[in-house]
Amino acid sequence: MQISKQEVEHVAKLARLEITEGEKDAFSKQLSSILTYIEELKSWDTTGVEPTATVLDQTNVLREDRARPSLSVEQAVMNAPDSDGGYFRVPKILEER
Amino acid sequence: MAYEVVIGLEVHAQLLTQSKMFCACGTRFGLPANTQTCPVCLGLPGSLPVINGTAVEMAIRTGLALNCTVQSNRFARKNYFYPDLPKGYQISQYETPICEKGWIEIKAGSATKRIRINRAHLEEDAGKNVHDGGTDGSRIDLNRAGTPLLEIVTEPDMQSADEVVTYLKTLRDILVYLDVCDGNMEEGSLRCEPNLSLRPVGQQAFGTKVELKNINSFKFVKDAIEYEIKRQTKVLNEGGKIYQETRLWDVDKGQTAVMRSKEEAHDYRYFPDPDLVPLTIAPERLDQDRGSLPELPVARQQRFVSQYGLPEYDAGVLTSSRHLADYFETCVKLFNQPKTVSNWVMGELLRELNHSDTPVEASPISPERFVSLLKVVDNGTISLKVARDLFPELYASGKSPEQLVQEKGLTQVSDEGALETIIDEVMAKSPAQLAQYRSGKDQVLGFFVGQVLKASGGKANPGKVNELLKRKLAG
Repeated sequence: MQISKQEVEHVAKLARLEITEGEKDAFSKQLSSILTYIEELKSWDTTGVEPTATVLDQTNVLREDRARPSLSVEQAVMNAPDSDGGYFRVPKILEER
Repeated sequence: MAYEVVIGLEVHAQLLTQSKMFCACGTRFGLPANTQTCPVCLGLPGSLPVINGTAVEMAIRTGLALNCTVQSNRFARKNYFYPDLPKGYQISQYETPICEKGWIEIKAGSATKRIRINRAHLEEDAGKNVHDGGTDGSRIDLNRAGTPLLEIVTEPDMQSADEVVTYLKTLRDILVYLDVCDGNMEEGSLRCEPNLSLRPVGQQAFGTKVELKNINSFKFVKDAIEYEIKRQTKVLNEGGKIYQETRLWDVDKGQTAVMRSKEEAHDYRYFPDPDLVPLTIAPERLDQDRGSLPELPVARQQRFVSQYGLPEYDAGVLTSSRHLADYFETCVKLFNQPKTVSNWVMGELLRELNHSDTPVEASPISPERFVSLLKVVDNGTISLKVARDLFPELYASGKSPEQLVQEKGLTQVSDEGALETIIDEVMAKSPAQLAQYRSGKDQVLGFFVGQVLKASGGKANPGKVNELLKRKLAG
């Protein structure tokens, strides 16, 4: 299965990744070969087998609805590249007009 | 050309849990920024989410009340980047929502109309962006990130702004009755996003739909939809094209403006969240939950009509809020004259509550004190008029009606001797009217009744006055 350069560009954009022209060609080849292998797996007969979303056999792992103390503001923002008055500060969001 | 509008609605209801959807942070509104976060809701590496059992229970109860199929389900990641979404994905539900395929009935004129529910699923809320207009960036508060939401999506079954408002009110009443959401649109615990398209009358295929956001009151829902219908009609009539986009309602300008185009943004790459194991829901548990649902607004309204003999209008007003309906029923238990209680609750009580912007559950006048006023009217101690005049003071003072009546000397005068003295004075002052009455003009009686009541400061017993006047006027 072939993954085109355009598809690589689309996926890179969704993931907010900047990649060079050379990388686009390289990823296009690598992703194509991965998906070709997946195609091979698809030839296996899985009739009657439920899709697997987890390999754990547990269900209904629930938490009691009780609030516990949170982090302090200082702890919350200490790893952020930038903060201001207890807020995280990020580059101005331009998408909303 | 004539167009018809087709509207569907997405509602996000914030569930009334103590803690967040996947971590133990609290869910309080209005705290200082980032004081309600932890590694899970900050999306720090290595942290793992655990599902809030009460949120699941609330979703189940809501699903049952909305006549949905409630089913085993699992969570999925919805991937997109936005600064208020720390993990780079929102935990939501995709292929298997906890509830699907339900309906509720709404009033449409004198008939009812069924609005189908496509699905209702659990998800977590995002944080809040604060744009302060400066050029040095945006600020993010993640207190709200991870708060449990139930997203309730209808089929495109509504055809006017009024229908949407009715649906939204009906849905809100149900959520509030179930105690799963406080229904407060202004604070954002109930948010609605209509999607709306026009098509030529008679056409089957839907037109291009536009999603509306930033609508935080029932009035804005109506205004925004009506504006958007006009805008799209104009565009189409001028040969223009409608684009699939999200538009924000601008309250000040009274119009919608495009927010972002959805052409490419729709690629959310959902996949099952490997951090969370599936939720299975046993049929026995559903039977149990169904049995424990409270009486819902429509059923309660019908019961108010049949049990208390109230007009449909009264029953509708009284059951519009669970707390108001509770208040009414407590009063009726203490004073078994439902229609009288209804009149007073809808009239005097609601007027004072609205006036001071107080919810009925915080009413300064308890059902006991409220009813004791009705009792002193009923036993003839004070007249209806005096009671009405007294109500604002009763509401504000915290005193008992008996105490107020005594302090202000408002006890109704039924004593014949005392009343006759007043009547004699009024007759002496009004010879012309007296002559008219005696020449056969019976309607002048009303004038005398009014004068006597006035002269008594409203305290005279009107029945007694009538009776005495007739006798004395006859001469």
